[in-house]
Amino acid sequence: MYKTIDEANQAVAAKIVAGSPFLLDVVPAKSVITELNEGKVLLHAGPPIRYDQMIDPIQGACVGAALFEGWGKTEEEVRQQLTSGEVKLIPCHHVDAVGPMGGITSANMAVLVVENKTDGNRAYCTMNEGIGAVLRFGAYSAEVVDRLHWMKNTLGPVLSAALKTMENGLNVNVLVAKAISMGDEFHQRNIAASLAFLKEVAPAIVSLEGFEKEKQEVIQFLADTDQFFLNIMMASAKAVMDGARKIQEGTIVTAMCRNGHEFGIRIAGMGDEWFTGPVNTPKGLYFSGFSEADASPDMGDSAITETFGVGGMAMIAAPAVTRFVGSGGFYDALNTSNEMTEICIDSNPNFPVPTWDFKGICLGIDARKVVETGILPVINTGIANKKAGLGQIGAGTVTPPIDCFEKAVLAYAKKLGFNE
Amino acid sequence: MLHTIIQKNSYQDSIVLMLLTNRLNTLAGVTKASVMMGTPANKDIFKTGGLYTSELEEASSNDMAIVLQIDGKDEQLIQDVLNTIDEFLAEQSKGGNDKGTETVKTWDKALELGEDAHVAIFSIPGTHAALEIEHALNEGKHVFCFSDNVALKDEVRLKQMAHEKGLLLMGPDCGTGIINGIPVAFTNAVRKGSIGVVGASGTGIQEVTTLIHKLGGGVTNAIGTGGRDLKAEVGGITLKDSVATLENDPDTKVIVVISKPPAPSVRDEVLDLLRSSSKPVVTIFLGEEPTDHEENLYRAYTLEEAAEIAVQLMHGKEVVEKNTSLEDPCYQFAAGQTGIKGLYSGGTLAYEAAMLMKRSLGLKDEKEAEAGFILKDGVHEIIDLGDDIYTQGKPHPMIDPSKRQEMLAQAADDPTTAVILLDDVLGYGSHENMAKELAPTIKEIKEKAASAGRELVVIATIVGTDEDPQNMAEQKKILTEAGTILCNSNAQAVKLALIILGHPLTLPERKVLPKKSSGKATVIPSKEMMRLLTNDAFINIGLRSFSDAITSHNGKAIQFDWQPVAGGNVTLQKALQFLNKAELN
Repeated sequence: MYKTIDEANQAVAAKIVAGSPFLLDVVPAKSVITELNEGKVLLHAGPPIRYDQMIDPIQGACVGAALFEGWGKTEEEVRQQLTSGEVKLIPCHHVDAVGPMGGITSANMAVLVVENKTDGNRAYCTMNEGIGAVLRFGAYSAEVVDRLHWMKNTLGPVLSAALKTMENGLNVNVLVAKAISMGDEFHQRNIAASLAFLKEVAPAIVSLEGFEKEKQEVIQFLADTDQFFLNIMMASAKAVMDGARKIQEGTIVTAMCRNGHEFGIRIAGMGDEWFTGPVNTPKGLYFSGFSEADASPDMGDSAITETFGVGGMAMIAAPAVTRFVGSGGFYDALNTSNEMTEICIDSNPNFPVPTWDFKGICLGIDARKVVETGILPVINTGIANKKAGLGQIGAGTVTPPIDCFEKAVLAYAKKLGFNE
Repeated sequence: MLHTIIQKNSYQDSIVLMLLTNRLNTLAGVTKASVMMGTPANKDIFKTGGLYTSELEEASSNDMAIVLQIDGKDEQLIQDVLNTIDEFLAEQSKGGNDKGTETVKTWDKALELGEDAHVAIFSIPGTHAALEIEHALNEGKHVFCFSDNVALKDEVRLKQMAHEKGLLLMGPDCGTGIINGIPVAFTNAVRKGSIGVVGASGTGIQEVTTLIHKLGGGVTNAIGTGGRDLKAEVGGITLKDSVATLENDPDTKVIVVISKPPAPSVRDEVLDLLRSSSKPVVTIFLGEEPTDHEENLYRAYTLEEAAEIAVQLMHGKEVVEKNTSLEDPCYQFAAGQTGIKGLYSGGTLAYEAAMLMKRSLGLKDEKEAEAGFILKDGVHEIIDLGDDIYTQGKPHPMIDPSKRQEMLAQAADDPTTAVILLDDVLGYGSHENMAKELAPTIKEIKEKAASAGRELVVIATIVGTDEDPQNMAEQKKILTEAGTILCNSNAQAVKLALIILGHPLTLPERKVLPKKSSGKATVIPSKEMMRLLTNDAFINIGLRSFSDAITSHNGKAIQFDWQPVAGGNVTLQKALQFLNKAELN
């Protein structure tokens, strides 16, 4: 079908550009992910991992999810289930899903449903819990579990009802295009997109019949949660990248994710295979009283946003957070974004960045170019405390280990007949 | 103890405050510091961080709260902290950080940004240079190759390839160039003018172009060819193409060719080409003793003379050999003090000194000097400190003074030494103040010799112009104050040394003979070659300082931070090559 790798790569990139994600619904995870109905199952971020390999915050999140599901009454009880192997662990990516930080997702958690109308595939992601003590950073106190219940019983149903008032769901590309011109890069900063989302759903929510007490709570939560859109972006990027990777040729990176232990990538030509290397620890700015010594290694499926071309790949779009790149300012961010174009095959005309003189966001990370130049994709990320339950302690940037890309390039070359 | 400062109604962005926290943590005496807006959530963070105080309760969301962990209640320290905060916030609000130059790491990007750049400059490890030069030539770029250690056979192949494409390959091992008035690599800031220079030697070009500048002239282009261009194997490909280009350059009125004597097989061809030029040509084949000129083809003896003749020709004047006579300052030396020691950073200057000394002192020519010496004959030594033997694991002596300082002391301790010759090469790439580095050593060795009853004469030449990034006048002042005699050119410095030792050198007068017929038609340079003359954009692959020199002369430089493909991993390089060529079904 394609004569060369360049041609295949261009075809994958064309599919990314053509992708049209729509937010359709918010539903319990088990209603759309069949695997969650088969006994005690938890989804996690990143490539496959065992419970004993998980870092403390992700184990903590597992505990929180197990308590939320009511698998046990006490921490000890559920920890026993987890260590004994009674709980099956599946990467989110294997079931059309993505999860932030630990990415721990269980049967009864509410998930966003995004459909890529171009390719007809769907992707799922839990909703953003806000800041402070939250499951994604490994907290599992009563407060955390209670919030998960509220999200399942109140936030989910209200948003679901609101979204259903829209004929085709909510067009995500439109929100992304708007918010990128308002200074979001959709990983570190989502405030404009979150407000734009609230602007779209608020009229629908207030016009709902019933939910009288819940409406106020939901709107208050959305108004308070600056990063709410991040999870919508993640599910959308996942839906678009999964549509694009239906083409199983070429060297475009179709997923990047981490599980606190390993960083994993996929490339189009190698289908579902993961290429992994040890994760790095993010560099960044810390909240008062914390330092890099307290930081947890890199985790989360949120790097799907960078795979799509936003987040760290579009650093220049968000001048307000550029200083997370390092101690520098605007021009450091500009240099970072310019450098990212050297490992991508094109720019995406759907999302012009005003602060980049309306150049489109990066399109299609070519694993060959990463290996050739040694330039690694830059990922914007929150930084978790390495101890479970203590939450976020800073934010910054992180890069994948080069091993992932080297392994992927070598494996694909061998698949095509290359002998060392 | 914990000390709390609340600054009322002083809102700052959290990133600014995190950066400020980092700054405060670097202050001596501060064990731990934390600055945040006084929001309820932040007060919780103060608690988890172990920095909570009851005073924080007073802080509102619009107040900046600072908590310091310090030893005791040090009022001075607290004041320092407050000053630091004010300074930091003032700095932050200024904005406008350095733009920096855009740098690239791939050819694709370099070519995209450097569409209008017709020259690629290389300063990368020699083992990788051949492949990358080929890449640049295939993309239609002229190449200026500063890198050395390129195999001769690669040089021959690449120069032939360049010639066929109508492109110029300057180098390998090309240290100096001026293209369209823009300095490239180790080059002086020389006035733009009407003299075109082609040279196989870096410091040779520097000496001639700076002397042209000092004499009021200027340069259109100075094209380096690399030291091996006139070898039989290479056949002068670059030199010939360069001369043809300058011949057709409307701004160039006079052409100067600088080289060691060409290989016999190349010599006639080169001279024929020069004879066929419609413009006056000056040649300096260092090491040859010219006995005559030809009409419109002048043969200089020294680099200085080449510059003088070129400037005379530029003014349309009759060529007169100046042969400036120098006065003997009449030094009193101790018995046995008869030697000249030359400690050069410029290889061609060392070579010129050796040549003039051999002639004046009647030293044997045929004997190859031992490694590390350009000349070693009894009490006389001329050393090129830029030779590989001295630069192993060390920067070039134009950048690093340490080897020369050491050698100066050694030469001075030798009781036979009467005169020491030095060069101070200015320009882009060179040390920012070499005079200041050498002056203390010069003073010291002169005093030491004096205390031992010996007169020690140090003569130096500054190769530079008043427009160079170093301050020429200051260099002169520093060296003079250290007791150095300064000469206008290297040739004069050597001549003065010879006079002091009682061996005055006069250069032979040369008659102008009629031009020998060349029978050759003028070579027409390619379109690409002519485009070089107006080129003002460069892709600089390697040393960043080369980009700076270009941009400071209003040229455009695309900085290509080169690294070996796949970090030099051969398997991955092969896999990439395989994938780039792979055909999919």
